[in-house]
Amino acid sequence: MPVLSDRHLLGLEGVPQKDIQLILDTAFTFREILDRPVPKVPTLQGQTVLNFFYESSTRTRMSFELAEKRLSADSINFSKSGSSASKGETLRDTIRTIEAMKIDTVVIRHSAPGSAKLMTGFIDSNIINAGDGAHEHPTQALLDMMTLQEHLNLKSLKGLKVAILGDIKHSRVARSNIHGLKTMGAEVMICGPSTLLPYEAEALGVHISTDINEALEFADVLNILRIQLERQKGGLFPSLREYRKFFGITMKRLNGYKKKFTIMHPGPLNRGVEIDADVADSEHSVILNQVLNGVAVRMAVLVLLTQTHNKGKNRSDG
Amino acid sequence: MAENFSEHKSVLIKNGVIVGSKKPAVDILIENGVIKEIGNVTNHPTDIHIVDLKGAYVSPGWADIHVHLREPGREDEETISSGSDAAMAGGFTAVCCMPNTNPPLDSEDMITSIKERAVGHLVKVYPIGTVSKERKGEELAEIGNMVEAGAVGFSDDGDPVYDDALMRIALEYSKMFGVPIVNHSEVRSLAKGGVMNEGAVSARLGIPGIPSHAEDIMVARDIRLIELTNGRLHVPHISSIETLELVRRAKAKGLAVTCEVTPHHLSLTDTNFEKFDAAYKVNPPLRTEEDIDALRNGLADGTIDCIASDHAPHSPEENEADLLDAPFGLVGLETAFGVCVVNLLDTKVLNLEQLIEKLSAAPRKIYNLPPAEIKVGKNANMTFFDITTEWKVDSSQFLSQSRNTPYEGMTLKGKVLGVVNGNKVYQAD
Repeated sequence: MPVLSDRHLLGLEGVPQKDIQLILDTAFTFREILDRPVPKVPTLQGQTVLNFFYESSTRTRMSFELAEKRLSADSINFSKSGSSASKGETLRDTIRTIEAMKIDTVVIRHSAPGSAKLMTGFIDSNIINAGDGAHEHPTQALLDMMTLQEHLNLKSLKGLKVAILGDIKHSRVARSNIHGLKTMGAEVMICGPSTLLPYEAEALGVHISTDINEALEFADVLNILRIQLERQKGGLFPSLREYRKFFGITMKRLNGYKKKFTIMHPGPLNRGVEIDADVADSEHSVILNQVLNGVAVRMAVLVLLTQTHNKGKNRSDG
Repeated sequence: MAENFSEHKSVLIKNGVIVGSKKPAVDILIENGVIKEIGNVTNHPTDIHIVDLKGAYVSPGWADIHVHLREPGREDEETISSGSDAAMAGGFTAVCCMPNTNPPLDSEDMITSIKERAVGHLVKVYPIGTVSKERKGEELAEIGNMVEAGAVGFSDDGDPVYDDALMRIALEYSKMFGVPIVNHSEVRSLAKGGVMNEGAVSARLGIPGIPSHAEDIMVARDIRLIELTNGRLHVPHISSIETLELVRRAKAKGLAVTCEVTPHHLSLTDTNFEKFDAAYKVNPPLRTEEDIDALRNGLADGTIDCIASDHAPHSPEENEADLLDAPFGLVGLETAFGVCVVNLLDTKVLNLEQLIEKLSAAPRKIYNLPPAEIKVGKNANMTFFDITTEWKVDSSQFLSQSRNTPYEGMTLKGKVLGVVNGNKVYQAD
């Protein structure tokens, strides 16, 4: 049985190419299962998975839950919004409670960067990071890469040019995509208002631009990030109207180029802000493929981490 | 509660090498807390407490001019007594405690109360009063009354004095009493929400950043205000190249500005956040390798006057919070010297005499504290130590009530063997 280098998935930074490829290959086999009349396999029967969401999420949690059910795992959900300490309980206290419940795999989303990593020090379960602050959201980047391979019918992402557009500074999706795409040999540009690019963004090792035309010139693929409305309220750019004018992806903008862009968006969409409705619904949009592939990628990750964990155990037993 | 130190009418320190003296090991005879004889002491009372240093170093007692003792208000984290114990274990015979307690030290009664609570301990506690009433940053506190009660300086530490006019008045008014104003240098609107240094590492990790500019912009303002007022400014815990340069230029102009640096800003960088461990969350944040190099040079060339720990105890509950919720601060009293030996002595940034000056004479000068001198007729006030013993940091052994240290498990060098203050003696195990 193939295994990964680690039994946790905390981020894509530092994850070897062969691991990412293995996850993507495995996801494609699960994708076939999802197309069957009875899309369910017994692979994780008897395994318990906790979806531990400290920050509100609908899509990611549903996607993980569905992946778990398709694999016949027992899944339970924990949701709590807001910060932990303000409610009198530390993250570590909650972790200890979970440990006592003997959970095999924990899927965690939390507003604090590093919260998934923090968990690994205190618990024996496999940990999957479903988003920790602005740090990483690895399964999102994996499903993005899978969707690109599928849509463009590519064996490898090598040389593919991807522009990630919007609020890079506060985006875990951007960071995971940057790490994953670079590891797989793609070329990445980040583009957005200068107030939404990280200070010293050069550290990310990608092309940087604040000119949308430069990004369109560069890219085969546009990964359009959601503009969080609170960023505008926080004064990082003057208005949604102005954002759309300078960075919004409209048909008119795309039609200025001969090439056919692949349009991605992690959702939920602000139609008429970062992306126009006709772009989102066009033949080049793979937004709904991303959603379906999300389930397949999460099935692959759940299974591979379990196999990796079990192999580690056998090794120490023998 | 059993004391961690003992009292003796007569004490004989044997075989100690006095830092800075060319002589070999000497004996020091102390009678009723006063140094009676230095040399080869042969004639002494029979009922005497003997400390044999076996060739280890003796220096004037060290002073940590930036500690948070948390009493009153957070006695679960530290008390004047436990913080004083931690200080003496770290080799310090004096500390200056910051007034951001609850309630804050903003009146003569509060200053008097701290001094009374500290009576009887080996470590001398010098309180710093607040600049503003209730530490609210609005109206000037009764600085004169607090000086008379024993306050040695003024600070709203934990918060900056935001209001430019209040800062001006504080610098002008405090001049009359010859005490410094200590401003926590941070432009809050720039630092807001930040956890670590803003730069290449925060960009990569997605952790909210605090730019070093949040510090130097405030220091630039304060330096301009001392030019206006002729007041005295002490800049606490400087952390960046730019702040250092501002202080360097101000000193070159002859302005009355002093500054301190913490052992952690001399030894740890923001790359530690790759561990996502809240133990590294401190304000101002840990910066980069270049900042550390500059700060070390600044100490060596005298731009930075002294070393102070910014000892900031936090309860385990607070310490277990995630990176965003965890409070800023770390306990530093008991690791300060070991960190300095590794990062300043072994790296040859300072020689031993210079390091001791930065820990003893220089900090005392900033707050006009009585000097500690090893001379016949002076009060006994000294620290014993070596600079060769390697030891592993084990926070469970701290005399501080709190355990929030980034140095846990790390090997440091240089052991504090004990301290003497008057007739009180502490000896490490």
